[in-house]
Amino acid sequence: MTQTISNKQNRTGLALVSTPLGFSLLLLAVPLTMVILMSFWTQNYLVLEHSFKLDNYIEAWTHPLYQQLMLRSVRISFLVTLATVLLSYPMAYFISFYGGNNKVRWLFLVTIPFWTSYLLRVFLWKVILGYNGVVNSTLDWLGIIEEPLVFILYNSNAVIIALTHAWAPFAILPIFVALEKIDRSYLEAATDLGDGPIRRFLRVTLPLSMPGVVAATLIVFIPTIGDYVTPKLVGGKDGLMIANMIQVQFGKANNAPLGSALAISAMGIVGMISILFVGLNRRWLKKE
Amino acid sequence: MEKAPKYLQIFVVVYLVFLYAPALLLPVFAFNDSTIISFPLSNFTFDWFLGLRNESALHDALGNSLLVALSSAILSTCLGVLASRASARHEFFAKKSIISFLLLPLVLPEIIIAVSLLVVLSQMGFALSLWTVVLGHTLVCMPFSIAILTSAFNNMDQSLEEASFDLGETGWGTFRRVILPLVAPGIVSSLLITFTLSLDEFIIAFFLTGTGATLPVYIWGQLRFPNKLPNVMALGLLLLLFSLLLLSVGEYFRRRTKQMAGTDSFTGD
Repeated sequence: MTQTISNKQNRTGLALVSTPLGFSLLLLAVPLTMVILMSFWTQNYLVLEHSFKLDNYIEAWTHPLYQQLMLRSVRISFLVTLATVLLSYPMAYFISFYGGNNKVRWLFLVTIPFWTSYLLRVFLWKVILGYNGVVNSTLDWLGIIEEPLVFILYNSNAVIIALTHAWAPFAILPIFVALEKIDRSYLEAATDLGDGPIRRFLRVTLPLSMPGVVAATLIVFIPTIGDYVTPKLVGGKDGLMIANMIQVQFGKANNAPLGSALAISAMGIVGMISILFVGLNRRWLKKE
Repeated sequence: MEKAPKYLQIFVVVYLVFLYAPALLLPVFAFNDSTIISFPLSNFTFDWFLGLRNESALHDALGNSLLVALSSAILSTCLGVLASRASARHEFFAKKSIISFLLLPLVLPEIIIAVSLLVVLSQMGFALSLWTVVLGHTLVCMPFSIAILTSAFNNMDQSLEEASFDLGETGWGTFRRVILPLVAPGIVSSLLITFTLSLDEFIIAFFLTGTGATLPVYIWGQLRFPNKLPNVMALGLLLLLFSLLLLSVGEYFRRRTKQMAGTDSFTGD
């Protein structure tokens, strides 16, 4: 009896999921495979040579320009992730522990600004950080600075600030969900057993919320490596990232194979770092 | 209710200022009577909004974006209904891997998705058009549909379905007369959220569109012309208000789903 039910379950489930799965296979798995294949081909002016070669990867990994862009992209993604998670955690903590009956309202409050057009949000950071921008005008008016600060626009600092802003809700939400799941009686138990607030946070709250922190880290870190708009708008020459070069290779430079190799390399690097990171945090992720 | 410690309260206020900073500048410059986007401000004006009426390229882009967003929202929600129904009610072969694969676009950098679709479409000799953008948007919107709809299907009381079968309804009849009405608010919420996401998506549209620009592609072009910026600010403000309207409607329906199902994970709201 159970066997027949599970057979029917299996068939209906597969029948239902087959259309979305087919769609994703066709538009995600096949294209990704094509990019991997393409990265081993060679572009000879207008002709695409289909023989298997490692030349694109050798160029992507040894050319100083690509090395520099790749290192910078990983460094920016790392710093953005660090800043986003460190800033989002207290916010999520505040909503979960002190939000009372207004938790949903608070979550709305932190997500509303992110429905502003993405392009304009990044552009407005230029207005905030610029030579005559909000930050410089305010600091000047307060008499704190005499010369406008120039280290905050058209370099990687500006990219980091704008991206830390852009990813905030994607970190706040998973950390909030993890904090919500913590059984509050554990905290009472820790207090009863003599832990002060800081010790209690470090020994109970933080470890139990690690699944949310790990999720937030991955959700922010992986896509950040591929950001195109932010470096292009506020990064200047010294803040460009690997995605800008990938776009150049597929566009003006007309070298899709090299562009593919750069894309696959970037994905490979963030993939490896992510796997390593999850491995390091394995003990926090175990199901109780 | 315990009160938050002082330092946490101060942090929250400062962080909120940081989160709202760009969005708050939008209305400031949309109503500022100067072509230069910087301080100090000059007079108040409505001209930038009125100027939008004469931009025919903008009207074309708006039409294109509405078409793309509507198509992507409907397609991704239909696919989302199938996947989340399967995920919420059925056990099947490789379920976890299949669902994770469907959710993969959530963590993939958009440029990777854009580039890989571009490679396949150009290799197969497909001409780029608004429809190729629709395919890309459907792919990235589907995970959001699945997330919203899985919770809608999960919140549904399974006994209602069984009751319908016991009373003699067929599978299709149960779906149409019991399941669909119960998850309808989730479907509306999925349609609205995917519509809003597609309306604002830039990278995939930038890579995959042919001659027809969507709204973000149009805005990207305008950012290069300093004298067009105030118009763009006015447009951005209108878009923000429109998105917030759609989302409020979506949230209203999301709450309806929870009320109908009689469960609400965040009590008291």
